[in-house]
Amino acid sequence: MTKWLEEHMPKLVLAPSFIIVLIFVYGFIGWTAWVSLTRSRLLPKYEIDGFIQYDRLFSSPRWETAFSNLFVFGFLFIVIAMILGLTLAILLDQNIRTEGAIRTIYLYPMALSMIVTGTAWKWILNPGLGLEATVRGWGFENFTFNWLVDPDMAIYTVVIAAIWQSSGFVMALFLAGLRSVDQEIIRAAQIDGIPTWRVYTAIIIPAMAPIFLSAFIVLSHLAIKSFDLVIALTGGGPGYATDLPATYMYTMAFSRGDIGQAASSAMIMMMVVFAIVVPYLYSELRVKDD
Amino acid sequence: MTDMSYSPPRSGNRTVKIALRWTLYIMLGLFALFYLMPLFVMVTTSFKSLDEIRTGDLISLPREVTFEAWRTAWSGACTGIQCEGVRPFFWNSVLIAIPAVLLSTLIGALNGYVVAQWRFRGANLFFALMLFGCFIPFQVVLLPMARMLGLMGLAGTIPGLIFVHVIYGLGFTTLFFRNYYVSIPSELTKAAKVDGAGFFRIFWSIFLPLSLPIIVVTVIWQFTQIWNDFLFGVSFSQAGTQPVTVALNNIVNSTTGVKAYNVDMAAAIIAALPTLFVYVVAGKYFVRGLTAGSVKG
Amino acid sequence: MTFKLLGAASCVAIIASSAAFADGHAKPEAEVLHYWTSGGEAKSVAVLQEEFAAGGGTWTDMPVAGGGGDAAGTALRARVLAGNAPTAAQIKGPAIQEWYEEGVLADISAVAEANNWSELLPEAIAGHMKCEDTWCAAPVNVHRVDWIWANAEVLSANGIEMPTTWDEFNAAADKLQAAGVIPLAHGGQAWQDATVFEAVALGILGADGFRKAFVDLDMDTIKSDEMVAVFDQMRKMRGYVDSNFSGRDWNLATAMVMNGEAAFQIMGDWAKGEFMAAGKVPGEDFLCLSTPGEGFLYNVDSFAMFEVEGDDKQAGQALLAELVVGASFQEVFNLNKGSIPVRTDVALDNFDSCATLSSDDMAASNEGGSLLPSYAHGMALRGAQAGAITDTVTAHFNSDMSSADAVAMLADAIANSM
Repeated sequence: MTKWLEEHMPKLVLAPSFIIVLIFVYGFIGWTAWVSLTRSRLLPKYEIDGFIQYDRLFSSPRWETAFSNLFVFGFLFIVIAMILGLTLAILLDQNIRTEGAIRTIYLYPMALSMIVTGTAWKWILNPGLGLEATVRGWGFENFTFNWLVDPDMAIYTVVIAAIWQSSGFVMALFLAGLRSVDQEIIRAAQIDGIPTWRVYTAIIIPAMAPIFLSAFIVLSHLAIKSFDLVIALTGGGPGYATDLPATYMYTMAFSRGDIGQAASSAMIMMMVVFAIVVPYLYSELRVKDD
Repeated sequence: MTDMSYSPPRSGNRTVKIALRWTLYIMLGLFALFYLMPLFVMVTTSFKSLDEIRTGDLISLPREVTFEAWRTAWSGACTGIQCEGVRPFFWNSVLIAIPAVLLSTLIGALNGYVVAQWRFRGANLFFALMLFGCFIPFQVVLLPMARMLGLMGLAGTIPGLIFVHVIYGLGFTTLFFRNYYVSIPSELTKAAKVDGAGFFRIFWSIFLPLSLPIIVVTVIWQFTQIWNDFLFGVSFSQAGTQPVTVALNNIVNSTTGVKAYNVDMAAAIIAALPTLFVYVVAGKYFVRGLTAGSVKG
Repeated sequence: MTFKLLGAASCVAIIASSAAFADGHAKPEAEVLHYWTSGGEAKSVAVLQEEFAAGGGTWTDMPVAGGGGDAAGTALRARVLAGNAPTAAQIKGPAIQEWYEEGVLADISAVAEANNWSELLPEAIAGHMKCEDTWCAAPVNVHRVDWIWANAEVLSANGIEMPTTWDEFNAAADKLQAAGVIPLAHGGQAWQDATVFEAVALGILGADGFRKAFVDLDMDTIKSDEMVAVFDQMRKMRGYVDSNFSGRDWNLATAMVMNGEAAFQIMGDWAKGEFMAAGKVPGEDFLCLSTPGEGFLYNVDSFAMFEVEGDDKQAGQALLAELVVGASFQEVFNLNKGSIPVRTDVALDNFDSCATLSSDDMAASNEGGSLLPSYAHGMALRGAQAGAITDTVTAHFNSDMSSADAVAMLADAIANSM
């Protein structure tokens, strides 16, 4: 009996999580798929009515903007935050005396509620109040930084604020990774006279491949769920130039009582995630199995 | 150990070394400035009086420093009929965040340990399913979850909120631990098994002691997510169980009321203090793991 | 069937509320979900709680601010689905009827009839409080949306009178612009764009046109040349706004008028609160007038009661409904909030000149049939349609789209939202 228990312990440990994920993730995705085929308004309804919600979604110019913003925003945010996070982690891993303080400074943006930091950013980025006005006050009359009020550029201010908020955590993730790399190998490489940058590119970074996966998942999660950020910083504006699928979905579901429409946008969003994440996961997990 | 001071003496040009060191500190300092910029705006605003803010100079040092806004934010701002600031809501958040962080971290560590070290058929599929679960948008989870909580009798309660946070945190905690444990050689587990150690014994005496940095990361992530959560907090609470983010939202977000930016900023900083505290305390354990020695040993 | 049951239940509740506490029967209890959380609003709703307590009731506060009630609506949905509905919730406009159609609202006709609501309330507003033939919500106040606020000093320095037609407004704005003053203080958020749009639309389409377009969604009116003219005027307005308006909070725009940086702002009467808080006097430091054109756009806050179990809660609902429309609460609340009482019989001696003007205009518009629901503040249309209109308005305002294109887009968006 104990032997049986010991043998099956790994599976028994996973079982509760497995059941929970089946119900509360996949069950709910199924629910969303169902609702996306109905004409649900204020509250969910369950009479199937075909693909009407998808038709509406694809003929909405606002969704078009939100959807293409996701790619611009998601790509820039993930790539820059990843590079910045890794850079900061490597810089901070050089026996810095004040590491604790600096690390906390890089991390703190994540602790602050975006409802309020959004206001601070809004002032900083507003040409009349913030950076532009200040630099002009220093005598550089031609300095212009008006992305926030320019419908074509506003999405990049969302990228800046998002990177500010999350890159500290990516740094923490990489820092933990750097500190789990086998020291012996590094020392051996250094004794062999291999230059430091080569130690990083050839030994340390490849050893951290799983950490990149963690960072990628966390960042893409943040990218597709960026909501408070957009609401607080631009409110989706100018016009709806900085709308993202998450804000579109929330607006439809809760401000406009159009739950069927919200469900269809959620399905499209998840399909996109599926298309991007699954190949990555496949290659990543595949290698480990060999 | 990967730092330059461990480079062999061969490159021992002292001036180059000092110059490099300076560049390093300047770069770190510049980044710190970028990160601190919004905090500067928030802190200076919180020390201004409302009259000064109304004159329109939003980004400048206060002409006159007043702590009034901080006092109001902590114990006087209206969050509804009650005008007791964010203070009464702190305890709810603590009651939600601490159990939820501990539970989700523990379960995540065990899951990660199994997936990384006790590979069996389907373990990777389980992991992939778990990961994809990280992407489910919370906005669509809200309504079916409300129904489930109602059926389970947990609607509007703190255990209900803990339950929700644990469920949607599991994907991340499992991810962090699995990706950390996967780089620990599996020979370690095999050797321990030969020595007669059981499943939990190996986890407890070998893996857990190696896990400090990733526990820190996980706790930082989970605590931040749960403490700062608004959407679940507002939807699955009722009068008396609302977390601090709802109070903060009520102070800040009024459409037709008079705006008090100084109080907003002070309240936001106060609400963030527990999270900052976690960063500082947990950060102390951000030490180099003991991998090398213990693995080889 | 449910109606009958509910009706019976509320009748019981009424008796309980007006007579039976003394005998120690059901003590009224209410958990109230609302979104009044900041300074003046919170004080106003606290008055209600005090009266509720004086009536022997226990009030449990469930405040959720944000997005003009969006966040509260989210919480409300979750709670209704969990089978844990609050006793009363702040809902307004057609959303009341939408919730009624889901079969979750309680009937408060007994209170309404006992207190003679149909006599006390303007007919247009009473209509919002009824679901089919029963009363299902209690109104709290009337905000007027189509206000234009001005800095008195700036106007007199430039020799300008308050404009009464859009042509006058344009002339004044051109003059101000030439003098280096920003003519219109505006915050570029979708709801603020919509607020200006509906004021312009009311002026250009007239009361009947406004009703056809934004209440009945009559496609002929929506595609008409007048609507093109509305967008033409919006394009003009865009030119009168400074270049940094995007995303600005409405109160910062009000501050611009206050300190003379800008001359006018088009905003509902909550803007008055900002002026007052800064110690400005209406008629002296700042001026208020309805935007050019006949009519009155109202934004009425109200409480709806949810179907709940328990005599104490039902007694609470009856008491709450009675108090909300009660004369004393109407006066105190609206003095705090900057709006005007919804009842027509409350003396306005303690109110300021803008409020008296608002009240007179409301009475006159009610007579003349031009008392109209605000579309921008969720009074005229259901969420999906109102949202579709706002999307178009804000897209036009923040780009160089032509008026004809905007009208075509408007028609498409409305059709797609059905």
